[in-house]
Amino acid sequence: MTLKSLLSATALAMLPLGAGAAFAEDLPPCDNCSDSMVLMSWGGAYQASQVAAYAEPYAKLTGVKITWDEGSNEAIAKMRAASEAGNMTYSLVDVEGPDSQRACDEGLAEEIDFDKVLAAAPDGTPASKDFGAAMINECFVPQIVFSTTFGYRTDVKEWNGKVPEDLCAIFDLQTFPGMRALEKRPKKNLEWALLCDGVSKDELYTVLSTKEGVDRALAKLDTIKDHVVWWSAGAETPQLLADGEVVMGSTYNGRLFSAIVEQKQPIAMLWDWEVFDFDGWVVPKGLDEAQKNRVMHFLNFATDTQRLADQAKYISYGPARASSQPLVSKHATLGIEMAPFMPTNPANQKNYLVNNIEWWADNQDAVEVAFQNWLSK
Amino acid sequence: MSLPVYATAGQRLWHYAFRVICGLIFFFLIAPIIIIIPLSFNAQDFFTFSPEMLRLDPAGYSLKHYHDFFTNPDWQLPLWNSLAIAPVATLIAVSLGTLAAIGLSQSHVPFKGTIMAILISPMIVPLIISAAGMYFFYSRVGLQGTYWGVVLAHAVLGIPFVIITVTATLVGFDRSLTRAAASLGAGPVRTFFMVQMPLIMPGVVAGALFAFITSFDEVVVVLFLGAPGDKTLPWQMFTGLREQISPTILAAATVLVSISVVLLVTLEVLRRRSERLRGMSPT
Amino acid sequence: MTDQTANGPMLAADGTPLKQSLNRALRRQKLRAFLLIAPLLIFVLVTFIAPIGDMLFRSVQNDIVADTLPRTVAALSKWNAESGAPPEEPVYRALASDLLIAVAEKTHTQLGTRLNYEDSGFSSLLRGTGRDVDDMGEDVTKALVAIDPIWDEPTTWTNLLGEPAWVSAQADWDKAGGKTAEPPFVLSPVAQQNLPLTSAAFADFARVMQTVKNDSPTEKRPWNTVAIGLTEDLKANPAAAGAFGTEWQPALSAIVAAAQMGTIPAANFTAAFTESDKAWATPQPWSIIKIFSPRFTSGYFLNAVDLKMTADGIAPRADSERVYIMLFLRTMILSLAITGTCILLGYPVAWLLANLPPRTANLLMILVLLPFWTSLLVRTSAWKVLLQQQGVINDLLVWAGLVADENRLVLINNQTGTIIAMTHILLPFMILPLYSVMKTIPPSYLRAAKSLGATDWTAFWRVYFPQSIPGIGAGSILVFILAIGYYITPELVGGAKGVFISNRIAYHIGTSLNWGLAAALGSLLLIVVLVLYWVYDRIVGIDNVKLG
Repeated sequence: MTLKSLLSATALAMLPLGAGAAFAEDLPPCDNCSDSMVLMSWGGAYQASQVAAYAEPYAKLTGVKITWDEGSNEAIAKMRAASEAGNMTYSLVDVEGPDSQRACDEGLAEEIDFDKVLAAAPDGTPASKDFGAAMINECFVPQIVFSTTFGYRTDVKEWNGKVPEDLCAIFDLQTFPGMRALEKRPKKNLEWALLCDGVSKDELYTVLSTKEGVDRALAKLDTIKDHVVWWSAGAETPQLLADGEVVMGSTYNGRLFSAIVEQKQPIAMLWDWEVFDFDGWVVPKGLDEAQKNRVMHFLNFATDTQRLADQAKYISYGPARASSQPLVSKHATLGIEMAPFMPTNPANQKNYLVNNIEWWADNQDAVEVAFQNWLSK
Repeated sequence: MSLPVYATAGQRLWHYAFRVICGLIFFFLIAPIIIIIPLSFNAQDFFTFSPEMLRLDPAGYSLKHYHDFFTNPDWQLPLWNSLAIAPVATLIAVSLGTLAAIGLSQSHVPFKGTIMAILISPMIVPLIISAAGMYFFYSRVGLQGTYWGVVLAHAVLGIPFVIITVTATLVGFDRSLTRAAASLGAGPVRTFFMVQMPLIMPGVVAGALFAFITSFDEVVVVLFLGAPGDKTLPWQMFTGLREQISPTILAAATVLVSISVVLLVTLEVLRRRSERLRGMSPT
Repeated sequence: MTDQTANGPMLAADGTPLKQSLNRALRRQKLRAFLLIAPLLIFVLVTFIAPIGDMLFRSVQNDIVADTLPRTVAALSKWNAESGAPPEEPVYRALASDLLIAVAEKTHTQLGTRLNYEDSGFSSLLRGTGRDVDDMGEDVTKALVAIDPIWDEPTTWTNLLGEPAWVSAQADWDKAGGKTAEPPFVLSPVAQQNLPLTSAAFADFARVMQTVKNDSPTEKRPWNTVAIGLTEDLKANPAAAGAFGTEWQPALSAIVAAAQMGTIPAANFTAAFTESDKAWATPQPWSIIKIFSPRFTSGYFLNAVDLKMTADGIAPRADSERVYIMLFLRTMILSLAITGTCILLGYPVAWLLANLPPRTANLLMILVLLPFWTSLLVRTSAWKVLLQQQGVINDLLVWAGLVADENRLVLINNQTGTIIAMTHILLPFMILPLYSVMKTIPPSYLRAAKSLGATDWTAFWRVYFPQSIPGIGAGSILVFILAIGYYITPELVGGAKGVFISNRIAYHIGTSLNWGLAAALGSLLLIVVLVLYWVYDRIVGIDNVKLG
């Protein structure tokens, strides 16, 4: 995993160069392809960026009917269920890195011949090279680099003018009273809890690999349990923050960007120990031939250099293709520079974690049980 | 219920206190439903009354959430799906249910208790259990994630209501009417359509309304059985509530409340008609 | 209705005895009633009762262990879990053979997930070992290649072990580039007879290559288990080296010689597994596999009541894993609380409705029926909006000065939210049965009691209230039955602590995919509901259910 090197490369490449000229639309023909697709994604601002950058253009060019399902939080479960039921209802599923690993390990996702399916960069660099380190397994077609971080309200009277400056403010009910929003999954929460319980970054997964380590993280979370609203969709935290239902909460950096910049809510971002990850597509197994052809045709279009760069005009996530990065520039409608909001911006990388894909793929089942049991007590 | 003239001061006090308590309970019942109606006209994307709304300033009100509801495909697709599922499910439930109710009302039906228990069971078994069972079983037979899977499931959930309402109209049914028809030379089919049917019609229509609303409001089963393309209105509201509350939900809710009011009035009219027809004069 | 008119004491109109004629009419009537009911009965049985039966079946079904690890299960049958020692080498080898197939088919992860329900950590164990199993016994293959490089060639193995007709068919398929259906692998009878271990291992390998990978067995060197099988077959039966004709004799004889000299290392899967994860050196994972190898299990039901099966019998689960009894109790307590508030709020309203003049009562009845007819989601949305910290109720309280702005009440995402919203939703189900019972209580009884000198309270408590108890009973059971099965409302307003057992069932179906446990929890809930339903039938009668 050399996500780190990719991160710095992205940051360098993000000097504003102006948007590339729109490509001439010469879509290759699609033989024996179905005329509809069901895409599973994350809903909210992220899905909106996908619609704007490539789903709608694709639908316009081909006339294909695209149905969206906002189920990516439970992507693995839904794919497993559909595959057990023998009726794969999704054509293409948007998942984050560890989930793609699980889908691949469990035989739920197709292995993809990257250079055959995906478009090469404009200069002819084959896709597998252009995506580079983002290709974390043979099933995963990367789209973006994102981070999970915290947002907080800037107008909380009880804080007496103080604002959270580091991650552990989450656990500080004295200085920062109020409700928090945390994800209803163990991933990231356990790491943050241990970091604030004095575990160093390097020992994190060694500690978490023992039952005592998990218990220790849960004990730390216990200290704020009564002050937490648990979310399961990325759109919830920005909404809860905007409604004043919580004063701080974790979510994806792009969602906070929308709430702060597009909706002008009194919210600010906390860049400390944010967790980096890739997000991308997997093709579920069990599609019929026509569906599969359609999906591959779409993937070729939706992950080409220009389209991935286009997506970054709508949401502050870094494109996963090296060749897309010079094309990232300003927000599509607001005209502001996107760079300061990107997870790849060096100023935002004081402390950070990189999602440990292998550890989570191996240990998710066990940790999930412990977490859910803890949650319902 | 009126207060007798000889009531003591304490009795008077209690009399009025009791009415106030009942008034508050009625308020508790109805206020949450009423309050979403003005909120759905909020010009802003909030869920509480804005100062402009409280001042009754027209600028505080707008139809934009309704506009969104009736133009946004995120809401239109579910609305049309609901309208494609509920009538078909209702048709199945009513046709099979009415026949069976007539059969059940005959005097000598073997195992009547057991049969009744089986037919009513979809109403008694918690929805989550029905949904789980159907999910497992319909997966095996390839109905999971299909339109027909949802329709069949909704039909069976509506059946107890049809059975109950139609049986209720048949309880007061005067059997000599069919005998009279038979003695006048009408065949069983003709007797059914000319004599029995008009009399049980109110029960059938009431059952149909119940079956329709059951399907139209149902969310648990469709969450498990439906494919993303078969998303219904309650499903969309459920995901909306769980994930991203947009005030359009309140517009959708207001539309649904209006539908409920129409159905309620229809039912009331039918009930009176049925009582009149069966000679049970309304008190 | 075709009733016969009997005009004689003994004979019917058509001359048959009356009794016989009546019997026939009765039979016909029964048959007709049955024919009218049959379509619906079949429909309900197929679309509803069969699914419920399927759920009951899922709660005990447990095929995955026996299907994924058949050799291991067979080998473990001789092992005694109580011995305190891990099993012998053949069991390790059987697991290696099973895992090679399972990893290729990617079913070992599913098995890991299944066994993780019983022993947390099993999923990681199988995933980790699954990555290593390909390399186990590598030194044997290397030793063979050192003796003769032909053993590195995939075609050596297919030519030696495959039927000649299949070998040529496969060669044609390879040449054609895999456009047509691949000819399924066939073992040569000679190999099967002389090299039984080799043949069995290779047949598995070839099948997996062809069906799972859609690839040709001529393209990849077989698993190490095949090389190990060959070494052992030739050691046990040196004569087999001559059975394949002169072209194979030298190569096979060289292996026989090396095996006899001991230059080929013996496969040691015990060591290989222990190296992969030291848990394999303990009896724990093996006893889990053995306990859960039968095709039917009580494991899910035990889990549903916070117990588990261990080598020493049934034992309670660890404290941190005990949640289901607590959840069942919470569901019961919250449902009772909801039923209680429904009685408190429903009784006065029902009394008022039953004692007002019909015209006014009918008008007020609409206030009860409208919520009853309004979509559940509409009512839940309303409460979600009202109960928020920045919602209408808190705004009102702050405006009235009852609550300070910075101390707004937390009314949602906790048990308060669940109780308030569900009381509202279920209240009509309490009022309607109460009302219909109260309608039947003659007001003259109260007047009689008062005229005999009873105070208002005594008259109510000793005369009216006892007569309304059937209504309370019917309403309470109805509300309670509905409440304990609720899912949507607690999910939306209950947060982490205001959720019911139903939410846990939904979680296991949709998210954790522990369908067996979901089915077991569902079955237990179903039993509770059916008992209550039976009680309800006894008290009220299902025929008396009234709607609106």
